[in-house]
Amino acid sequence: MKDPRDFGFDEQCAQLKQAARSFFQKKFPTHVLHQLVAPDPDPFRAPAANWDRALWRELVQLGWHALAVPESAGGVAMPLVAGVALIEEAGRVALPSPLLTTLQSTCVLKACNTPAAHALLETVVQGSAVTLAMLDDKGTLQSGSVTPGKTDSGYVLNGAAFFVQDAAKSDVLIVRAGGLYAVAVNSPGVNIVPDHIVDLTRDQAHIKFENAAATLLAAQGDLILRQSEPARLTLLAADMVGAGEWQLQTTVEYAKTRVQFDHPIGFFQAVKHPLVDLMVLVDQARALVYAAACAIDHQTEPADAVHAQKSARMAKAAASDMASYASKKSVQLHGGIGFTWESFVHLYAKRQKHSQVTMGDAAYHRRLLADIVMGVT
Amino acid sequence: MAQETEEQKKFRQHCREWLKDNIPPAPTMRLPQQAIGIMEREQLEYLQRWQKSAYDAGLVGCDYPLECGGGGHNNCQRIANDEMQKVNLPYFPNVIGLGMAAPTIFYHASDELKRKLLPRLFSAEEIWCQGFSEPGAGSDLASVQTFAQPKGDKWIINGHKVWTSLAHFASWMILLARTDKSDKYNGLTYFVVPIKAALGSGVTVRPLIKASGETGFNEVIFENLQIDDTYRLDAVGRGWQVAMTTLTHERGAGQLVMPSSGGQTDSDYSSIAGVNEVIALAQQSCRPDGGLSSHDPWIRDQLMRLLIRDEGMMQAMRVHQVSALREHPMRIPLQGKLVVTELIQEVAELALEIEGAGSTLYIADKNAPAGGRWAQAYINSFANTIAAGTSEVQRNILGERVLDMPKSK
Repeated sequence: MKDPRDFGFDEQCAQLKQAARSFFQKKFPTHVLHQLVAPDPDPFRAPAANWDRALWRELVQLGWHALAVPESAGGVAMPLVAGVALIEEAGRVALPSPLLTTLQSTCVLKACNTPAAHALLETVVQGSAVTLAMLDDKGTLQSGSVTPGKTDSGYVLNGAAFFVQDAAKSDVLIVRAGGLYAVAVNSPGVNIVPDHIVDLTRDQAHIKFENAAATLLAAQGDLILRQSEPARLTLLAADMVGAGEWQLQTTVEYAKTRVQFDHPIGFFQAVKHPLVDLMVLVDQARALVYAAACAIDHQTEPADAVHAQKSARMAKAAASDMASYASKKSVQLHGGIGFTWESFVHLYAKRQKHSQVTMGDAAYHRRLLADIVMGVT
Repeated sequence: MAQETEEQKKFRQHCREWLKDNIPPAPTMRLPQQAIGIMEREQLEYLQRWQKSAYDAGLVGCDYPLECGGGGHNNCQRIANDEMQKVNLPYFPNVIGLGMAAPTIFYHASDELKRKLLPRLFSAEEIWCQGFSEPGAGSDLASVQTFAQPKGDKWIINGHKVWTSLAHFASWMILLARTDKSDKYNGLTYFVVPIKAALGSGVTVRPLIKASGETGFNEVIFENLQIDDTYRLDAVGRGWQVAMTTLTHERGAGQLVMPSSGGQTDSDYSSIAGVNEVIALAQQSCRPDGGLSSHDPWIRDQLMRLLIRDEGMMQAMRVHQVSALREHPMRIPLQGKLVVTELIQEVAELALEIEGAGSTLYIADKNAPAGGRWAQAYINSFANTIAAGTSEVQRNILGERVLDMPKSK
């Protein structure tokens, strides 16, 4: 199917984006973020999931966490372009929340297309936060680090999953163990071990399973993960674009007010030009995110799936390179103050570094893109 | 912008139908890579015939009023351009006329002058050139010294313009001249000058040789050229403001969309900067160890970097059309010139690396890969990163007008 020129970004999407921007700007300004996530600078402090659960409940009330859930499961079935618009705005305030993982999980559950997955989508509408537990201790999908077993009362899982995003904020895990299984985080035999991570705006954990009761969502786990990868990548890239825009605007603002050598430093081209280059990178990454979301929304034929995959890899690669540049320049151009704990720029730089490597960095996606465009060597 | 109006839909249909039967025959001579490189009269005449037929069919000047020789449409030039991009067509030769002179004349000239100049500009019967840069006025355009001295209802012009593409064919020049030496910005006045009529009597056009070894642009010397005051645009001393209209349109950020053609059909992916051609080149080229270039991981990575930038640039223009996704009205339009010219340069540079030893061969060598076009494209790419405001000036403009940072001196 041909992608619409306007990305299918209709009036409803536009209203959602506008509403999300005002909501986040009002409820979650940057100084609140800093107070919330950076109370303790000690690198050896105990890992903590610092987030505003009341704000999350408001999001759930608005139904934003479930906007991509199909109508048959009680959702509003908005397109992915709406999802990326929402995530872009959440990324702009570096929101600590299970919003991204829940939207990504929704894409996985939709691809499962089974009654069990449908049932889990219904609990998402009720307010469950979901995340994906699929990686081994090397951060890959190579080994089956979790194995399923069958008992009289159903499936059980054993083993461990690593690099699970926002695990401490989630209610349900989608676990890759050959097939995909749903596991409630509070069931017996589930041990969430928080990682000590650099990013202050997320939490991450490895999770040990010891005869943890599980529900089979889909037998062909890797197929489902492959099918949903473009959407999951695009959502993550949208978060990075929002954060990148914050890094750009905040640094531009600083360059307009900080005076050295009798001029606001934005007067100097050594400061001005990199910020312009950053703007170009943000705009290209954002454009590729919306193009990818649109391509994913309009898949009908097999060739469309390749187009969607290409578009999503372009979006993640562009967003990762942009995030790298944005983080370097936003800290550097803030000078000495940018290197202190009290400044805000390090919060975003750390979130971006985390996002850059999550689901594969820029060079990785360019390699897979080359395999599609130029053929496998 | 998302939905096409009835007028646009009908117009698109008209363009499609006309283009179906009216694609010009392939040229019998080699054409330069872009219109500003036209050197031979034969090349020019072939391209003039194409522009005139497109104008007669209503595909040029679509959004200008009927009384100025335009099509009287609303927002239809982009439709015509879009349709022309889809088929294999030569470019229009009167690029400076269409992209710069026409919008400037439209916004600043008298009605009489508009009626006199625009129809023959659109039809390419009269070619236009631009008299802005001087030996002492490049990036700092407002320091032009070419002087216009009033004399009754005439002006006497003396001075020296450089990098004047197409001047050797041009009937007209848009001229930025100084009329007051005591005021840098308010001492400028803008004229249209009938240079062809004055060749040998006040105007001399001499070719300048580009770094590529080709001619294609010129220097123009004015010695006591006398022109009518009716050829002045806007008020005396308003030349800088008029020049801003020219530059805004030159950079693709003006209200009036420039007519353009020259599309390709033979790729499933429309690339602005030719990345797909370089991918194809890699599939026929070898690294020094004999391995296929298209199998080299570094080459593949570089190609994908450029492909992503190319796609990002096109998608950014798409985003700009969706008002709910627009962050700032000029943010994406003003990036266009900077982004596309630097990308084209890097694409050409990568093509040379892929060609390897073969890239040392230039256009006259019969063994040159791709006829030496990438070596030529690389050298000529600097014309675009330098002309019309260097990339450095573009970054100043973006930093100041879009990001609102203080003006660099």
